Amino acid sequence: MGGDLASFTGGRAEFDVAATTVRELIRELEQRYPGAGDYVARRMAVAIDGEIHQDADAAPIGGAREICLIPKIGGG
Amino acid sequence: MSDVLDRPDAKAGFATVGTRPVRPDGVDKVTGRAAFGADFAMPGQLTGRVKRSPHAHARIVSIDARKALALPGVKAVVTGADFPDLASEIVEGGEAASNMRDMAVNVIARDKVLYEGHAVAAVAAVSAAIAEEALDLIEVKYEPLAHVIDVEAAMASSAPVLHDHIFTDGVDPKPTLPSNIAKRHQFARGDVEAALAAAEVRVEGRYTTKAVHQGYIEPHACVASMSADGQAQIWSSSQGHFMVRAYSAKILGLDISDIRVTPAEIGGGFGGKTVIYLEPLALALSRQAGAPVKMVMSRDEVFRATGPTSGGVIHVRLGATRDGKITAADVELKYQAGAFPGSPVGAACMTALACYDIADFRIVGWDVVTNSPKVAAYRAPGAPATAFGVECAVDELAKKLGVDPIELRIKNGARDGVKAAYGPTFQNIGYIETLEAVKTHPHYALKLGPNQGRGIAAGFWFNVGGESTAACHIGEDGTATVVTGNPDIGGSRASMAIMAAEVLGIPVDNVRPVIADTASIGYSMLTGGSRTTFATGMAVVRAAEKVVGELKRRAAGVWSVPEDQVAWEGGRAVCLDPAKGDVKPLTLKGLAGMSARTGGPISAEVSLNAQGAGPGFGVHLCDVEIDPETGHVKVLRYLVAQDVGRAIHPSYVEGQMQGGAAQGVGWALNEEYVFDADGKMENAGFLDYRVPVASDLPMIDTVMIEVPNPRHPFGAKGVGEVPIVPPLAAVAIAVSEAVGVRMKDLPLSPPKIRAVLDAKAG
Repeated sequence: MGGDLASFTGGRAEFDVAATTVRELIRELEQRYPGAGDYVARRMAVAIDGEIHQDADAAPIGGAREICLIPKIGGG
Repeated sequence: MSDVLDRPDAKAGFATVGTRPVRPDGVDKVTGRAAFGADFAMPGQLTGRVKRSPHAHARIVSIDARKALALPGVKAVVTGADFPDLASEIVEGGEAASNMRDMAVNVIARDKVLYEGHAVAAVAAVSAAIAEEALDLIEVKYEPLAHVIDVEAAMASSAPVLHDHIFTDGVDPKPTLPSNIAKRHQFARGDVEAALAAAEVRVEGRYTTKAVHQGYIEPHACVASMSADGQAQIWSSSQGHFMVRAYSAKILGLDISDIRVTPAEIGGGFGGKTVIYLEPLALALSRQAGAPVKMVMSRDEVFRATGPTSGGVIHVRLGATRDGKITAADVELKYQAGAFPGSPVGAACMTALACYDIADFRIVGWDVVTNSPKVAAYRAPGAPATAFGVECAVDELAKKLGVDPIELRIKNGARDGVKAAYGPTFQNIGYIETLEAVKTHPHYALKLGPNQGRGIAAGFWFNVGGESTAACHIGEDGTATVVTGNPDIGGSRASMAIMAAEVLGIPVDNVRPVIADTASIGYSMLTGGSRTTFATGMAVVRAAEKVVGELKRRAAGVWSVPEDQVAWEGGRAVCLDPAKGDVKPLTLKGLAGMSARTGGPISAEVSLNAQGAGPGFGVHLCDVEIDPETGHVKVLRYLVAQDVGRAIHPSYVEGQMQGGAAQGVGWALNEEYVFDADGKMENAGFLDYRVPVASDLPMIDTVMIEVPNPRHPFGAKGVGEVPIVPPLAAVAIAVSEAVGVRMKDLPLSPPKIRAVLDAKAG
């Protein structure tokens, strides 16, 4: 997990979670760290095995090797 | 010279993708027929003008508009009091998150002005002369306040504080006093201090850049009209008319469905037109006056009141082994945000080390408010300045190690399977191929002469996807119209036509791409983030595929065969059912001609949210020559190599690569906001703010490396932002080599070069 999430998780950057979709991941995150799930849903992108999803609630992650939460990216 | 290099597995036998047809909007643009923002007019329209702050920082004591309103011909005057006060709310409606409260106060000041040029009132009158006379009649009493523009000065505890509500985010414990430091960002892995201490070779440098403007040729312009029933229309030049609609609705407290926005042609944006300035003012004036209002900024206003990108300080420490493995990197970035929080320092942190595979690193970024115009996005926001510092440091490391700078980058470069400093593991990237292409290019073998220098630098940008809508309509004669909601700022219409033609199997000249208004096509995010050819292109492909599916269904009906017995080949439906014998194929034109009998008009609209945009890498090679007498820098040769995914229209990909390099050369050599002691900009015009012109530049050579993105139907990646990332460093490294001194402060203008040469001469 990158960016501002550390302020919700007390500095913890990695954790294991049982989830098959990003939506489940966000729900689980919110339960463990109140506010973190909502923040992820609004402000974070999800990289699934290196592929960045800016909005990915329904994206399957069951078989993923790596999930990275990173700040949403804009551009010019 | 232009080259295209494919990976061996990248060939794909396209009919239209990769060709170079004339752009559909080209004739109108070169003949002056194209209608830009300032070209719109309505019967009975009024002229709007803005009264702007003469102070860099001041409290507004009072605004008295009575004399202006009494002037014959003046139809409306608005101030901050005519707009609702918005709560702090982060909205994702545009390219990046924006705080609507800040944007509203940036459009028109409330209790304070925060930079010279900040809007305090707006007037609508029957003529420009009367509107300008009225501005002088608006009496504004100010209480001037101390100001601060330099980023490090603004971070000091003694600095004048712009906002009482800013308590630095991202630090623990959270401060109890307000400051100008809006946020601290950090990305880190491992133990950087231990790794630096253990490194056999170290380099360290402090680099600085100044605020620079995107420098689009077309000023901001709009016409707005609000009816008595509250229905509004806007015609304006922007990077996204859906963005204009959403932000205008928020700032005025309207429903989105009450506003219809029609896009004009855009004369450049480069990120600077991803926010709004005039539209809410024009709407408010129109509402008050009961007539359409046209507003066009002057160049002076564009410089003083619209967003440049940040100036900043970039501090870099690198550690390496003697055999050239970079083991540690510590990067600190301090970026000006302008009057409100939101510099691109977060993205700058994420891109800072993206080109490298480094075990231990720490990247810290500071977002700092200053009494200057609120920064706006500018092509790969945040990345060019941080690349300037990091790439110069890498060059210094190469020199210290005595190794070729390209070899050092290849040894330490990002490749598939490397975990990026910002988190994810890279897949399908072509950075190493890009470095190899420059290494083997004839340019790299050329010998340099006296007073000449060569610079190499790399750059990275993420590219994004996002929400897009496209429609594909088949005309009765078998030609096609492709409709999208993205303003064309870089040749995207041509790309859309090519992709539709590829799917439909018809000549690209038979496809007319159209950009529709907000009421005529589904939502699309704005044109930015290098997303349009990837994301909107994906929507175009899917819409064309749906049309092909419908054409096959209708052909199946004509032939009375199952749909799976029909193939679409070369723009024709072909019957596969052997029981039907030798059935003549049905062309698109033939099927279109019988559409009424087979089910009605043939068209499809697709909305999607494109994910999986592939990141891009670029490597630039620049040769310069210094005139020791004047300090002038002449760019002798320039080469851009870039991983472009699949070049849908190679000419416009090359154009992006060349344009980014040209802008970056200007940033490196001449461009800067110059403020006087009172915080007023001293060079708000193109005579004194010098962008490069054609005679300043050589032909910029390009090499396109095609490493397709598997998430796009044709392999497209974004290409528009990567090429502005490396030039600042490439030019600065070349100049440093030519003068024999590491140049760390941009721009490298003649007085700065002369000062260095004079110091060397003693």
